[in-house]
Amino acid sequence: MRSRWIIAIAAAVMLGTSFPAHAATIQIIMENLEISPAEVSSKVGNTIEWVNKDVFAHTATARNGDWDVTLPPKKSVTLVLKRAGTVEYYCRFHPNMKATLAVAP
Amino acid sequence: MFVRLSAAIAVVSLLSSLALAEDAKLTDPQIAHIAYTAGVIDIAAAKQALTQASNKEVKAFAEDMVRDHEAVNKLALDLVKKLKVTPEDNDTSKTLSKNAADKLAELGKLKGAEFDKAYVANEVAYHKAVDGALEITLIPNANNAALKTLLQTGLKIFQGHEQHAEHVAATLK
Repeated sequence: MRSRWIIAIAAAVMLGTSFPAHAATIQIIMENLEISPAEVSSKVGNTIEWVNKDVFAHTATARNGDWDVTLPPKKSVTLVLKRAGTVEYYCRFHPNMKATLAVAP
Repeated sequence: MFVRLSAAIAVVSLLSSLALAEDAKLTDPQIAHIAYTAGVIDIAAAKQALTQASNKEVKAFAEDMVRDHEAVNKLALDLVKKLKVTPEDNDTSKTLSKNAADKLAELGKLKGAEFDKAYVANEVAYHKAVDGALEITLIPNANNAALKTLLQTGLKIFQGHEQHAEHVAATLK
């Protein structure tokens, strides 16, 4: 997946076209029932990639109902941020796993 | 009231059986056996709930318990194999299993919403008791570092389940 991006970016550079500079991907790790980093700042248009390193299924569930991402064991899931605001989220299966995502416009 | 009282009794008897065990000083093979047994008990309770529960959230919770505790117990089995340790049955494991069998029989008589409430109340109490046991007795007494780490992961899982069970209990009121 990542190598495909690198090829795409390399191709774009060679062709002299410009990519929107603001589309970044931020990784958040879930390991040993901890979310790290627990506080992340990002902005609309960016992608969050949760990486579940546990053998347990987790979720990233927004308390405001904006999104509810299920993360099977040892899998990664991405989400494109569409709305600005500070979102507190947790794992529905293990509500002691909590984190915050601050999304700038 | 009855449910709450019996849950409270379950906690007290679990804690006292673990307190007894503490006097005798637990070994790593015994600790591994107790932790594994605690998982097996919760899987059995969840399987009973999957056939007897009526509430959708309670069933989903039971599915989560089967999945997580099977995953933890697989980690435990892999670890004891790696360490060449044979889990050793002991009085605490026996008391836990005996209490759990009584609880299964008690819950087996209930149906519908009554079962749902009693199962979830017992899950809150049971996880609370196991959390206490892990924190006070099992983790401090574990000698092997890898076993200690696994128990610490187990504690976080159990604490998560306790909160999850409390959340489900609140929706049943």
